[in-house]
Amino acid sequence: MRTITVREALREAMREEMIRDPNVFLMGEEVAEYQGAYKVSQGLLDEFGPKRVIDTPITEHGFAGIGVGAAFGGLKPIVEFMTFNFAMQAIDQIINSAAKTHYMSGGLIKCPIVFRGPNGAAARVGAQHSQNYAAWYGHIPGLKVIAPYSAEDAKGLLISAIRDPNPVVFLEHELVYGYSFDMPDDVGPIEIGKGRVVRSGNDVTITAFSLQVKLALEAAEILAGQGIDAEVIDLRTIRPLDADLINESVRKTNRLVNVDEGWFFGGVAASISAIVMRDSFDFLDAPVENVTAKDVPLPYAANLEKAALPSVEEVVEAVKKVCYR
Amino acid sequence: MIKLTKAQYIEAYRQMLLIRRFEERCGQLYGAGQIAGFCHLYIGQEAVISGISLAKKPQDHTITSYRDHGHIIAAGIDPKFVLAELTGRASGCSKGKGGSMHMFDPEHNFHGGHGIVAAQVPIGTGIAFAEKYKGTDALCFTFFGDGAAHQGQVYEAFNMAKLWNLPVIYVLENNEYAMGTSVARAAGMTDLWRRGESFGIPGKQVDGMDIEAVYSAVMEATAYVRAGNGPILLEMKTYRYRGHSMSDPAKYRSKEEVEEYKEKRDPIERLRKIILENKYAGEDALKAIDKEVKDIVVEAAEFAVSEPEPDLSELYTNVYV
Repeated sequence: MRTITVREALREAMREEMIRDPNVFLMGEEVAEYQGAYKVSQGLLDEFGPKRVIDTPITEHGFAGIGVGAAFGGLKPIVEFMTFNFAMQAIDQIINSAAKTHYMSGGLIKCPIVFRGPNGAAARVGAQHSQNYAAWYGHIPGLKVIAPYSAEDAKGLLISAIRDPNPVVFLEHELVYGYSFDMPDDVGPIEIGKGRVVRSGNDVTITAFSLQVKLALEAAEILAGQGIDAEVIDLRTIRPLDADLINESVRKTNRLVNVDEGWFFGGVAASISAIVMRDSFDFLDAPVENVTAKDVPLPYAANLEKAALPSVEEVVEAVKKVCYR
Repeated sequence: MIKLTKAQYIEAYRQMLLIRRFEERCGQLYGAGQIAGFCHLYIGQEAVISGISLAKKPQDHTITSYRDHGHIIAAGIDPKFVLAELTGRASGCSKGKGGSMHMFDPEHNFHGGHGIVAAQVPIGTGIAFAEKYKGTDALCFTFFGDGAAHQGQVYEAFNMAKLWNLPVIYVLENNEYAMGTSVARAAGMTDLWRRGESFGIPGKQVDGMDIEAVYSAVMEATAYVRAGNGPILLEMKTYRYRGHSMSDPAKYRSKEEVEEYKEKRDPIERLRKIILENKYAGEDALKAIDKEVKDIVVEAAEFAVSEPEPDLSELYTNVYV
């Protein structure tokens, strides 16, 4: 066991896969000489050279498309977006080209590519740099969508994403990059599509992904002091969603709160609510509650930004509501 | 001028005629309700793909837009699988899941068949990137139309293709109309062959109705690209006889304009004349080719309308590998 940051864990995953498979390469803005805008790719240029660690111009739509073509051509690209906010420039290539071509070709064309980078709200960067895209990509059949929280999951799931023969959207979080976690010395691939119970409990189920897992765990601690025993599920993968794990937990606790940094409408939390209502309606003792971003573009002012995002207090309140406390 | 061999003239005639008769049959089957959705015919533009298919090597790639029937046939697939795709049958080249705009034949290095205008330009550039990465001498012919020439992602791809000197030949098929909008109504500077200049990509305008001109220009371009000079842009001046798609009555251009092309510049008639005048083949030999092509298309049509539709279980296959 050792202590490692999420940033380092992601770097280890890329490094190990680049050693393992010469067709794996990394491209994106500032990934090489600058050593990564968030230093995730630090040192990779020195080790693998400019053929495999490639700085691109600022041209998201173009290099996303070139990555798709390289994947069609038999390579295994890792395309880094400086943030997923900029990937909206490239979303046509991600969805129409990467996600759909395998199906449209009757299985003839494969697109083994990873689109990765920070997603969601960082800190005080305003509405255009603070959007959560889990629901956007989670909507698309043909994509796999991963949003890990811990260092071990970041590493193991990124290894799996790189090895996966399908296009994978890998959503990281700027605020989580610097978080330290205990991690086994040797981490291999972790199965895509499986959530994890990160805290066992009997009174209520809380689902969350990425940074929101931290809020859920903090809320669970506070609730424990008030006699409520919460189970926390880290979704880890958004698509395919581990509905079995969520249903199993809800059938035990009979209550559900979903925490989602994205907006409610058409969102991940809303979808989980619908799935649980469909599958486990008779087990629910209270209507499902969702703690999501407020229905506004993210504001800049510190107090407004805080109010717009999910908070530990809101998670605690939502749990109390479903527990009728 | 790099000349075709006698055998290449005959092969080009056969292929261009096959594409034309195939497309005419598509038009008929569309009218009969056997083909649905969007369907963009290539009639009039055949010399472009045939000149390129004569000049390219087996390891080279092609990728194009939604006007792709001619390109996939030229890549080498049996046309009956293309027509079965158009009728939405299980034995179609995309198992009936793609349709007219989404045809693929990776066995012959044909990568589609893309429905979003210009999306294939970065993708083709990426295929070229993969070949350079692997250290081969293959290149990628990346086709797009005069309409796609105004999309931003074309120039994002141009920039990186030159930055990294990728082995890609951009083939701009200028058929004069982006749906109903003429080049002059869409561009302030209509010399589309110059569109790569500011990226350091040389360009050339070619008579795309003339198989000899196309072949010669492409042979020169492949030598330039294979020598490691990076990308090149070829503007093929061509013309589509039919509307943009089947629902287009083409009222944005005059009958006289269309007739002018058909009567004086038709690429197949021009080639036929060259073959006969130079005695590369006689009338009888060309008639035999006409019949052979007709038989292929008739057989393909019979196949395409008699094959079964995909099994309903196919709805959920091929979403993921």
